[in-house]
Amino acid sequence: MSERKQFCTFYLDNRMFGVDVLKIQEVLRYQPTTEVPLAPNEIRGLINLRGSIVSTLDLRRRFGLAQLAAETLPTNVVSQTSTGLISLLVDRIGDVVEVDQADFEPPPETLEGNARQMIDGVYKLPSGLLLILNVERTLELEPSRIA
Amino acid sequence: MTSDKQQEFIRDLVIESTEALDQFEQDLLSLEKNETDADTLHRIFRLIHSLKGTSGCLALHKIEELAHSGENVLSLMRDGRLRASKELISKLFAFSDGLRTILGEVGQTGREGSSDHSALIADLNALHRAASIPPAAEGGAAGTFGLFADEEPAPAPAAAGPFADAAAIAETAIRVDVEQLDRIMDLVGELVLARNQIVRFAGSTQDAELVKPTQQLNLITSKLQENIMKTRMQPIGTLWNKFPRIVRDLSLELGKQIALTMEGADTELDRTILEAIKDPLTHLIRNSIDHGLETPEVRAAAGKPPEGMLKLRALHEGGQVIIQIFDDGAGIDREKVIRKAVQRNLVNADDAARMSEREVYALLFQPGFSTAETVTNLSGRGVGMDVVKRNIERIGGSVDLQSEPGRSTTIRIKIPLTLAIVPALIVRCGQDRYAIPQASIVELVRIGEDEAATVIEYVDQCPVYRLRGHLLPLVRLRDQLQLGTAPSGPVFLLVVQAEGRQFGLVVDSILDTEEIVVKPLGKELKGLAVYAGATIMGDGRVALILDIIGIARRVGLLNERASALAQGKSQEARAAGATGRQSLLLVGLGQGRQAAIPLSSVARLEEFALDSIELAGGSEVVQYRGEIMALVDISKALGYETGSAEERRVVVYALHGRSFGLCVERIIDVLDCEVKVQQNTARPGILGSAVVQKRVTDFLDIPALVAAEARSL
Repeated sequence: MSERKQFCTFYLDNRMFGVDVLKIQEVLRYQPTTEVPLAPNEIRGLINLRGSIVSTLDLRRRFGLAQLAAETLPTNVVSQTSTGLISLLVDRIGDVVEVDQADFEPPPETLEGNARQMIDGVYKLPSGLLLILNVERTLELEPSRIA
Repeated sequence: MTSDKQQEFIRDLVIESTEALDQFEQDLLSLEKNETDADTLHRIFRLIHSLKGTSGCLALHKIEELAHSGENVLSLMRDGRLRASKELISKLFAFSDGLRTILGEVGQTGREGSSDHSALIADLNALHRAASIPPAAEGGAAGTFGLFADEEPAPAPAAAGPFADAAAIAETAIRVDVEQLDRIMDLVGELVLARNQIVRFAGSTQDAELVKPTQQLNLITSKLQENIMKTRMQPIGTLWNKFPRIVRDLSLELGKQIALTMEGADTELDRTILEAIKDPLTHLIRNSIDHGLETPEVRAAAGKPPEGMLKLRALHEGGQVIIQIFDDGAGIDREKVIRKAVQRNLVNADDAARMSEREVYALLFQPGFSTAETVTNLSGRGVGMDVVKRNIERIGGSVDLQSEPGRSTTIRIKIPLTLAIVPALIVRCGQDRYAIPQASIVELVRIGEDEAATVIEYVDQCPVYRLRGHLLPLVRLRDQLQLGTAPSGPVFLLVVQAEGRQFGLVVDSILDTEEIVVKPLGKELKGLAVYAGATIMGDGRVALILDIIGIARRVGLLNERASALAQGKSQEARAAGATGRQSLLLVGLGQGRQAAIPLSSVARLEEFALDSIELAGGSEVVQYRGEIMALVDISKALGYETGSAEERRVVVYALHGRSFGLCVERIIDVLDCEVKVQQNTARPGILGSAVVQKRVTDFLDIPALVAAEARSL
């Protein structure tokens, strides 16, 4: 019995990530962002989403990846969490893919660091691996400065 | 009857009956005071009678049965065959509680729950039997109904419902779901933002055809906003109504005599605020009764009238609402408070002796002050005054307390009228704009570029400004937000007020005043106390709203413990700065830095294996001498990189009776030397630097480094 699930995909440093499509509210091009001094480094700032204020989380910083070149603007993937909306900043957005549960595997034991907590598992697709991002876990930030 | 329809009727019954019971309880209280007439007795009888009738129709038989036995007793009272004794009134309150319990169950599940009220019913029936001479009135519900119908000239009330009196109002008033009102409020908030954007845009064009309708839009939006706010306003009396009952029950239980008076019950407040102050207010009143007011004997001995006075007062003042809770009880014993605070390590005894009255009273609001020892089953429910204070501050209010020992206590709560839309001043600092609620701003001062160097003076490291002869401490917003140094130019000073203390907030420039809509920040930013939320500006960008109280607390202006720490800090700074000889512990930090800690505060040096370090509430702790000791990694706190080690070297540091473990890379030396500290740093956690043993050494501001830890525990 194989269950099929749909994931909204996006790319970070040429790696393909996916989030359950039902959790994605919308995808926006880069928005003007207001910085939040003293906030954890991974929080890039706040955007105005039609009157709601949403924090943007820089996934590259979260995964400890190098920053995008200044002229390339990231894309906002606005996603629903148990505590409200969060906008994930990614390099670029991909397609919505439908995957077979049979292709799922848990993350390898050798996966370390931040990624270990944030990746729920992997789907083996013909085009490559699809890493499933746990959005709730990406929000478990440590306060970075002395409050 | 379709079940949908029936559910609807049931819901109406629950809402109306709950309100009717509020009225019922108020009437009981006036019955008890004999301030009553036949009308009141008739009204409460009718009220219960129609509740019985309606619940019978809706097959809510438990309510019907209970209401029936209550009605029997009430009918005897109405006929003057039962007198309203204290016991009887208490019984009737229990009866009201019983009805509320069942109604609550019905409200939640749509059905009557399993609560058992047979004892109550038996009690009521016994009262009825004892007082009624001919037992003819006994019997089923129908029997009583017959009796009632015979006596009442107009048998209409059963059909008219509990609101027979209110029938006239019903035609001009409707019931609106609160959520619906909240949604409208949100939409009006959006509209205000859109209006701001259009007004801004229209201002930049000369097009008369646009400007005119824009002015219209501006006006209409303001009116709409004003009116929608009004619909959300409720008199504070709706909240106060439940206090007479609480006061009555508590004073009976404690054997105290208390007269409650309420002034300004018609003062209106936004319902979200009303909701938010409900628990704190209840708590404060319980506190006054429990700890403040004395028993009649004690009062008589002190030459006071036996009946204690508890006074609630509400009034508008300068766009805010003030609520006062006054009692003429024992007041607050300064020495007792200090003793307890010292016992709980909230202050040390020396500091305490120097504290002003205000600071002493502020101790009452410290977390950890109210503890099991002072908690009785009345006022203590695991909530202390600190929670009261926190809840009130959360809605932008403040509490303070004054007391004349032996005579009275007054608690003053200041709260904003509404939360959703507030007038604010927009300032710029660095790249971005920030909004500051007008309520916390006292005045603005502009200091010209050429003046800035002379009129901003320094006390040690603290910038101050002479405002009409008084020194005003200055706080640079850029420093607080770590935005780097300001370019030279004129300085703008906002004189702001947090909990009665003023300070000057230095910003780059002042832009405008605007009505802003407060939006909450996400969970990931909740820990930042310097922000009260965010808002959307006219150009669609987001601006952060500064929380003046949060900033004051961050710089140590408010928090009593922090100010105790700040005092310690300045003492240490003085000690360090005053070229005196002192004993220092030299330690190595990450990236090869060297730092010094005054030896006088060091309790001992320890090493802990990595596996003995545990996590509590996200912080590292170790078990140390039967206690939990928090660890603070100094290298990390100061932003230095650290290597990994098998063991942690820890300096155990004693601060106001508590131990903290400071993790360092290595212990270098202890030396007794004469040092001159240069205070050249604005880095939090470092007091200054000096050359010790030919190396630049940071003098650590330990209180500041552990302050975060101290607060979180």
